[in-house]
Amino acid sequence: MSSLLAHDTGTGSPPDRGDPRTVRLLTPDGVRQTSGEYAARVADLDDAALLGLYTDMVVIRRIDQEATALQRQGELALWPPLLGQEAAQIGSARALEHDDFVFSSYREHGVAWVRGATTAELCRVWRGIAVAGWDPYRIGMATPQVIIGAQTLHATGYAIGAKYDGAASAVVSYFGDGATSEGDTSEAMVFAVTYGAPVVFFCQNNQWAISEPVGLQAPTGIAARAAGFGLPSVTVDGNDVLAVLAVTREALERARAGEGPSFIEAVTYRMGPHTTADDPTRYRTADEVEAWKAKDPVARLAAYLRGTGALTDDVDAEVAATAQRAAAALRADCTALGEPDGESIFDDVYAEPHPVLEAQRTRFLAYREGFEEER
Amino acid sequence: MSATMTLGGAIGAGLRQAMTADPKVLLLGEDIGKLGGVYRVTDGLQRDFGPQRVMDTPLAESGILGTAVGLAYRGYRPVCEIQFDGFVYPAFDQIVSQVSRMHARTKGAVTMPITIRIPVGGGIGSAEHHSDSPEAYFAHTPGLRVMSVADPQSAYSLIQEAVACDDPVLFFEPKRRYHLKGEVATDGAPAAGGMSRARVLRHGTDVTVLTFGGLVQVALDAAEAASEEGLSLEVIDLVSLSPIDWPAVTESVRRTGRAVVVHEAAQTGGIGAELAAGITERCFFHLEHAVVRVTGWDIPYPPAKLERHHLPDLDRVLDGVDAALGRPSSYGEQAFA
Repeated sequence: MSSLLAHDTGTGSPPDRGDPRTVRLLTPDGVRQTSGEYAARVADLDDAALLGLYTDMVVIRRIDQEATALQRQGELALWPPLLGQEAAQIGSARALEHDDFVFSSYREHGVAWVRGATTAELCRVWRGIAVAGWDPYRIGMATPQVIIGAQTLHATGYAIGAKYDGAASAVVSYFGDGATSEGDTSEAMVFAVTYGAPVVFFCQNNQWAISEPVGLQAPTGIAARAAGFGLPSVTVDGNDVLAVLAVTREALERARAGEGPSFIEAVTYRMGPHTTADDPTRYRTADEVEAWKAKDPVARLAAYLRGTGALTDDVDAEVAATAQRAAAALRADCTALGEPDGESIFDDVYAEPHPVLEAQRTRFLAYREGFEEER
Repeated sequence: MSATMTLGGAIGAGLRQAMTADPKVLLLGEDIGKLGGVYRVTDGLQRDFGPQRVMDTPLAESGILGTAVGLAYRGYRPVCEIQFDGFVYPAFDQIVSQVSRMHARTKGAVTMPITIRIPVGGGIGSAEHHSDSPEAYFAHTPGLRVMSVADPQSAYSLIQEAVACDDPVLFFEPKRRYHLKGEVATDGAPAAGGMSRARVLRHGTDVTVLTFGGLVQVALDAAEAASEEGLSLEVIDLVSLSPIDWPAVTESVRRTGRAVVVHEAAQTGGIGAELAAGITERCFFHLEHAVVRVTGWDIPYPPAKLERHHLPDLDRVLDGVDAALGRPSSYGEQAFA
C-alpha cells in the first residue's frame, strides 16, 4: 500500500525508541534511577510518597473503569477513558501547588481528581446534565475544554494575568498530540513567549487522535517544535510517574522564577478507545496495544515498590480497597445526580438582564404549563 | 464639562475613563500601542497606562481573543481591538465557542466581561476585507451582546458602559464616521442602560426608518430630503443589535404602520431579517405594508470604485420608503421572484 505522506504514519512512536534525551527515572521493569539532574528533583520522594502516587494511579484507574461501566449501563452518555495515561496525569498534577491553575482537555480525570474534583463532579458532564463539572475557582482548574487546543490560549492569558498580579501562581495547559496541529496551540506558544507567561504546555502524546496516528500530526516529532517558538522543551516517558513529576517540577519552577513558559511532551499511550463511542480495532493492531501493556505505568511503579518492600500484598489490598470505595462513591454519586429543571437552560446565558431571552423563558414556561396535566 | 471630539477620539476618551475607573481594564490589539491603532482610537493610552495595560499583540486574532478569555478568567476586563471588520474571522471560534458560552458553561462562576471593538463597514474606499459588516454572525450567537455607535457622544458613553458590562460585548465602530466631530459631555457617569436602548433621533409619523452605525446619518439625511416632499420619517438608531430594543421599535412601528430597515451588510440572514420577522410578530395588525429592507446586496464586498453601487445611500433609502408607502419603487414583483 502506498502512502501519500512523506513519513510512515501507520503507528505511533514508542516511548523507548532509544532516544537518550527522553527523561526516564523508572525502567519498565521497575528499576529506579537515582543519579542525575532529574533524579535529584524527586530525590525527596520516599517510599511513602511513592505509595501515595501509586494509590492515586490505582484509584483513578478504578474510577475510569467504573465510569466506563456506567456508560455501558446507560448511566453516562459518554466517557473518554484515561486508561494508560495515569502516570502522565498524576505525576504532573502532583507537581502543582494550591494557587496554580490548570486548563485541560476532556480526558484529564486524573488531574481533576488530584485537584480535588469530587466523584459527582467527575461525571456530571458525561451524564449529560451539565456542560461543566465543577466551579473552576474551587479546585484551581478550568472546566474541561472540548474544542481541541482552545485551552492553550486560555492558559496563556491566565498566566499573563497572574504575572501582572505579581502572583506566584503558575499555569499548566494539558492537551494532546492532535492539538499540536491546531492554530490556537501555535498562537498560544507565540503569546506565551512574547509576554514571558508562567505557563507549562503539557502535551500528552498518547499516540492517537481518535483514529489518526501521531505521525499524521507531527511526522518529525512534537517536542522539537517548541524550539521554533523559543521555549525550552523536554520529552519524558509519560508512563513513568517519577520522571513526569520531575520534569513538571522543573517547568513550574522556571515559570515561578519568571523564566517564562516551557513545553513538555509526555510520551504515553491511550490504552482504551477515544471515547466509549469509539472502536479502535478499526485503526490499530492488537499487537501494538499488547506492546504498550508491557509499559503499563501502574505496574511499573508497583514493580519498583514491591522491590523496595513498600508494597506488600496487604498494602496492595488496602490500596485496592481505597480504589473500590472511590468507585462505589462514583457509582452512587453518579446515579443520584438528578436532572435539572428544564427552565434552567435559560439561566446564566447572560450575566446581566436580557429582555429578549427572558421573553423566551416566559414563553417556554407558558408552553410547558399547557402540559401540566400530562406531567 | 464638554469638549469637541471626533467619534474615534470620543471612544479613546471613553476608554481612558474606563481604564482610570477600573485597574482591571486592559487593552489588547495589533498596533494599538505606540501607533495608537490604525485609526488612532487608542492614541496616547500606552504612553499613559504602560505596555502592560495597553498590549500590542502578535498578529493572531484567535490568540488575542483566547488570551482575553484567560485574562477574564483571572479577573481582568479585557478590551480587544480587532484591526478591521474582515479580520475578525480567525477569532470567530474563540468568540463563538468560548467567549459567548463561558458564563453559561460554568453556571455563572466565570464571567467574560470582554469588549471586542471592531472598526466596521465601508464607504471609505478601502481594500478587500476592510469594509465588512459582520454583525449578524454575532447577533445570532447566544451569550453575546452586539452594538454599534453612530456619534461622538454616544460613543463616549457607550464604550464605558460596554467595558463595565459583565457580558461580552461586540462594539462596532463605523469607520466612515470616525472623523465626525461633535460636542461630548464628559462629566458625570454615563446613563446606565444606554447600550441596550434604541434612540429616536427624528420624530415622524409616516414611516419608521430603523438603522445603526454608519448609516444613521444617511437615514437622517433621507428624512430631511423626504420632509421637503411633505413626508414625515421617524429615524431610529437601534444602538443595540442584540438584544434589539423591541419596546422602542414596536412603539414606533405601531404608530407609523410602516418600517424600513437600513444596513450595509448583505440582506440574507441579516439584522433586517430579524427586524422584519420581529416587527411582523409584534405589529402585524398595525402594519400598512410589509417591512422593507434596504441593505447591501448579497455579494462579497465590491472593490472601492464600485462600493457606491452596493451601499445604501440617501436615494436607496428613499426608494425603500417609496416601497413602504406602496409607491412605485425598485421593489416590484421582480424584486421578489
